[in-house]
Amino acid sequence: MKIAIPVDENHAGTAVCASLARAPYYLIMDTVSNEMTFIENTAADSQGGAGVKAAQLIADQKIEALLTPRCGQNAAEVLTAAKMEIYKTEYPSAKENLIAFSSGLLAALNEFHAGFHGHGGH
Amino acid sequence: MKIAVLSGKGGTGKTMVSVNLATAAQRAVYLDCDVEEPNGHLYFKPENLTEEPVNVKIPKIDHEACTGCRQCVDFCKFNALAYINKKIMVFDDVCHSCGGCAIVCPEGAISEWDKTIGMLLSGTSESVEVHSGFLKPGQASGVPIIKEVLAKAPGEGTLTLIDCPPGSACVVMESIKDADYCLMVAEPTLFGAHNLAMVYELVRLFGKPHGVVLNKCLEGAPNPSETFCIEQGIPVLGEIPFDLELGAINSNGEILVRAQAYFAALFSELLLKVKEAAARETAPDSQR
Amino acid sequence: MKQLLILSGKGGTGKTTVAGAFVALSKAKAFSDCDVDAPNLHLILQHSDEQPVLTPYFGLDKAVIDTDTCIDCDLCRESCRFDAIENLMEKGGYVVDPFACEGCSVCEAVCPVGAIKMQPAVAGELKLYKEGAVFSTAQLKMGSGTSGKLVSEVKKQLKQEVQLLPEVVDLAIIDGSPGIGCPVIASISGVDLVLIVAEPSVSGVSDMKRIIETARQFQTEVVVCVNKYDTNRGQTREIEKLCEELQLPFAGVIPFDGMVVEATNQGQSVVAFPCSSGKAIKEVYAKVMKLLFEGVPKQASKFHNIPVVD
Repeated sequence: MKIAIPVDENHAGTAVCASLARAPYYLIMDTVSNEMTFIENTAADSQGGAGVKAAQLIADQKIEALLTPRCGQNAAEVLTAAKMEIYKTEYPSAKENLIAFSSGLLAALNEFHAGFHGHGGH
Repeated sequence: MKIAVLSGKGGTGKTMVSVNLATAAQRAVYLDCDVEEPNGHLYFKPENLTEEPVNVKIPKIDHEACTGCRQCVDFCKFNALAYINKKIMVFDDVCHSCGGCAIVCPEGAISEWDKTIGMLLSGTSESVEVHSGFLKPGQASGVPIIKEVLAKAPGEGTLTLIDCPPGSACVVMESIKDADYCLMVAEPTLFGAHNLAMVYELVRLFGKPHGVVLNKCLEGAPNPSETFCIEQGIPVLGEIPFDLELGAINSNGEILVRAQAYFAALFSELLLKVKEAAARETAPDSQR
Repeated sequence: MKQLLILSGKGGTGKTTVAGAFVALSKAKAFSDCDVDAPNLHLILQHSDEQPVLTPYFGLDKAVIDTDTCIDCDLCRESCRFDAIENLMEKGGYVVDPFACEGCSVCEAVCPVGAIKMQPAVAGELKLYKEGAVFSTAQLKMGSGTSGKLVSEVKKQLKQEVQLLPEVVDLAIIDGSPGIGCPVIASISGVDLVLIVAEPSVSGVSDMKRIIETARQFQTEVVVCVNKYDTNRGQTREIEKLCEELQLPFAGVIPFDGMVVEATNQGQSVVAFPCSSGKAIKEVYAKVMKLLFEGVPKQASKFHNIPVVD
């Protein structure tokens, strides 16, 4: 399966990013091939609707499980429609969370915060 | 005659001034454009209330006609659309109601419905006609509501007071766009003067005739806002003293002009000065 | 790093005065002013003549019409839902009002001759001060959309700079913006505790309720204090009662004090002077810090499920 994590930097030792929609990168782990790749988050710069765009980006990667510290309502709606499982990260580094996840130690994320639309309007 | 009352900073007395000026007049219309935190109605406690919802257009998808080309998703600058599991999802709270998705859809699969983002409350309080805009908490933009509130402005003859939101962002611009005169309220603090400078820039950018009323003035104390006005040559139309009794009455949601003759006189005089200044500066051929 | 956000709902309640006092008392090494529309915190911080690092902030692209290519078909003006396009003779034809333009690009899409292009537009400026402590703020360009994104950038700037510091920073104080809109919502995300500075007036209480409702949508912990409490003891009691009903922790009251204006006008925080408000703020500070570092007591967290009484 493919797992995604919002991260601060595009290397294996990276920390998990506090924000899902505005994380600079997403780490993608393919558990079958054991390959780790990084994609740039083009939603990070959005004025508004970053959660929607980020979730679309992640869903388009055919991700099955997302590990994240938090998730907004809009992103959650998209991810749920995409039938993706969302888990709450418990550790500061991406690696630690991947290990915890594979051992079945991460809990599902159930609380989604309301959006904070950073629209620039006029 | 439309007079916008504004200040760069919150809590300087915009609402106190606009509510009391409206009350001091023979007849006036009060428009509360601070739709995030409207307060005028708390003072007026208007009667004969009518409520109108304020709506914006949100896209509705005909999923049968949709072919999944994603042109709408790619077009939307606000990221209000997503395409997941062969279905378009719409995110109301992020949508700016521009109508673009419906235009670009090659299949004509997008129509629109009306979503309520707030309301307009109208009523009367003795000689004042009161209109207040309320934005629902969590909604993105109050601009459509401000537009509805301003649409309630009567014709030329009646005095209209526009209570603006604080600051100088787009919601303030929207509020002063059609004003004939801008009355800036300033308090005698460093913060007050700093923010007065900002809103002064806005008022000048719009080419609006303007003046200042200094609020919470302390006898004998230095007034950085007054200094700013003198330096910039901005007419000061009046000074409202810092007064514990005024503060007590106002903080209880009472209208000063109706509470005490002293305040009625104070605001009648200020109203006269404002009307004179506005009449003087708004020549018949002046540009907006 | 614990983040404390100071909000009020209504403007002029004393957010910045309290934030400045907290910065002075905690000798915080990281703070930011998220009131990007009207930033004031820097006026009472002891910042020398340090020139901040400036970064332009771009909002949404705005439409620009090339009048040479334009064929005056009027389709753009007709399609614009924001009344941002007008045909002005003195401007040489069809022009876009950059203040009204929302950047939707419908005009660009409908123009039959490609005369309209979306172009980057500066909507503000980020400012970063680094000497002594990290102070992150920004100024929104006049007339720009009140942007949550700029607030997010201010917070990001703070975090990034703090990470570069050799020592560990355990506290960040954020002076928030008034209102309940985008900028406030953006500033709430990720903070550990929100301190609401309430004003004892009918308007102040009404605005406080709206900000509590906004904070609740984020499941963020909230604590309340009342500033200028002695200007209306009746309203102060109302606020205390409301906090009890909603089970919100109450951090105390601060009296009205002329010293605040004096201190502010001298560019100083009020806690630098012996006075009644300074003393009260110190007590509120102690209570808030305890809640921030030790956590809000469990029964107080119940407020999430109680509807706001209106």
